[in-house]
Amino acid sequence: MGTLYEEIVAYGGEVFGEEHMETLLQCVQCGKCTGGCPSGRNTALRTRKLFRMAQEDMREEIFNAPELWFCTTCFTCYERCPKGVKTTDVIRIIRNLAAKEGHMSVPHRMIGVYVLKTGHAVPIGPDQMKIRESLGLDSQPPTTQKYKEQLEQVQDIFRTTQFDAMIDFDWDKMDLRGKEGGEKK
Amino acid sequence: MSEETKEYAYFLGCITPNRYPGIEATTKKIFKGFGIETKEMVGASCCPAPGVFGSFDMYTWLPVAARNLAIAEEMGLEIYVTCNGCYGSLQEADHLLKEHPKVKERVNEVLSKFGREYKGTTKVNHSIVILHDVIGLDRLKERITKPLKDINVAVHYGCHFLKPREVRGHGSSETPYILEDLVKVTGAKEVDYKDKLMCCGAGGGNRTADTPQSLEWMRQKIVNAIEAGADCMVHPCAFCHLQLDRGQAELEKGYGVFFNFPILFATQLIGLAMGLSIKEMGLDIQTTTMPEKLAK
Repeated sequence: MGTLYEEIVAYGGEVFGEEHMETLLQCVQCGKCTGGCPSGRNTALRTRKLFRMAQEDMREEIFNAPELWFCTTCFTCYERCPKGVKTTDVIRIIRNLAAKEGHMSVPHRMIGVYVLKTGHAVPIGPDQMKIRESLGLDSQPPTTQKYKEQLEQVQDIFRTTQFDAMIDFDWDKMDLRGKEGGEKK
Repeated sequence: MSEETKEYAYFLGCITPNRYPGIEATTKKIFKGFGIETKEMVGASCCPAPGVFGSFDMYTWLPVAARNLAIAEEMGLEIYVTCNGCYGSLQEADHLLKEHPKVKERVNEVLSKFGREYKGTTKVNHSIVILHDVIGLDRLKERITKPLKDINVAVHYGCHFLKPREVRGHGSSETPYILEDLVKVTGAKEVDYKDKLMCCGAGGGNRTADTPQSLEWMRQKIVNAIEAGADCMVHPCAFCHLQLDRGQAELEKGYGVFFNFPILFATQLIGLAMGLSIKEMGLDIQTTTMPEKLAK
């Protein structure tokens, strides 16, 4: 296994282009990202520290840092970085690599469960159907939650990409195999 | 933007149809009034949430988004959305798939299993851009029957409408103008406030990762708007709506503070100025209530 930086470039490169990911090395620790970070006001997230950790190959430390998940992907730092570091995209790729190794909280994995069951991260319930009717809308929108054969296409994607295994989804229970023990971040 | 496009595929996403269908009803109604027909996207799913699924696994996020884009392509229509999350996901996915042929090939291999293909022939539009650029401020103005006089509005953009600029293409992310223009059309006054461009705190899985902390951002945002004399907040995002509106109920439950600061989607503010009722826009069934000066 190469360095974390090499992994970031390889994994994120196909989606964003390698040069996009390579901007990580341009970070000079000026702190403009951290100064404007709305999360950093309220949480331990220090964006420039994450980048230093990534540059220094502090793989386990960064994967286990709870603040890795406190970035809302607001792109403020991405827009302001004077060195052109593609900050938010680098953070999302670091999260991808962490999640692949099981660093994913139970509440986060539950979002995956909702999508696997209904095609929606926020599914509809009976009360909302009544509200829709009162507004003159169809009680259920024509989405994956309404049409089984359409939902099966989305489920097929999750099987192909092995996202189901990633969140430890049990197809018999249509739920997580276990909700205890998972990382709580 | 083409004047002649009169039909759009409405990508509903999750929160608009399943939590705040008033946004859906209002937007369809206003668009119809200007000759813009909405077509349903049968079989669409979650966009899927860009900060969340993009953070978990890019290679799952992309094919699910590409499948949604393919549905609109099959309809031969451009898309409109009422959520920055949907906009974030679909527009970014479309951009990335066009820029990087290798990942497009990989994604299409996944979609081919059930006979779908992403071709890159649709376009993802935000509903507020349709209001601003396709319908246009002049035509909107003609339909304002109840100007919102003496109403101060705090504008909240959310994040993924403006950023990243290189993908969104709406100019500066520090000095935006679209919502400000739309507020002006209604006769209301747009008021500047501390940290106007700050995120609502919900995205990227942050609301799920740590709800109390995420609510604290939202609280700061609301307090800043109230201190600047705003009567309500207007935004272009169903997910921000959930955080800003339902979040106020969660703040009350957790901390005993209820601001009851009215939250409106952009089309709902315009709807008020066009004489649509609170009820038909679903503004009577959300957490925050409309004060008399807005609801008359």
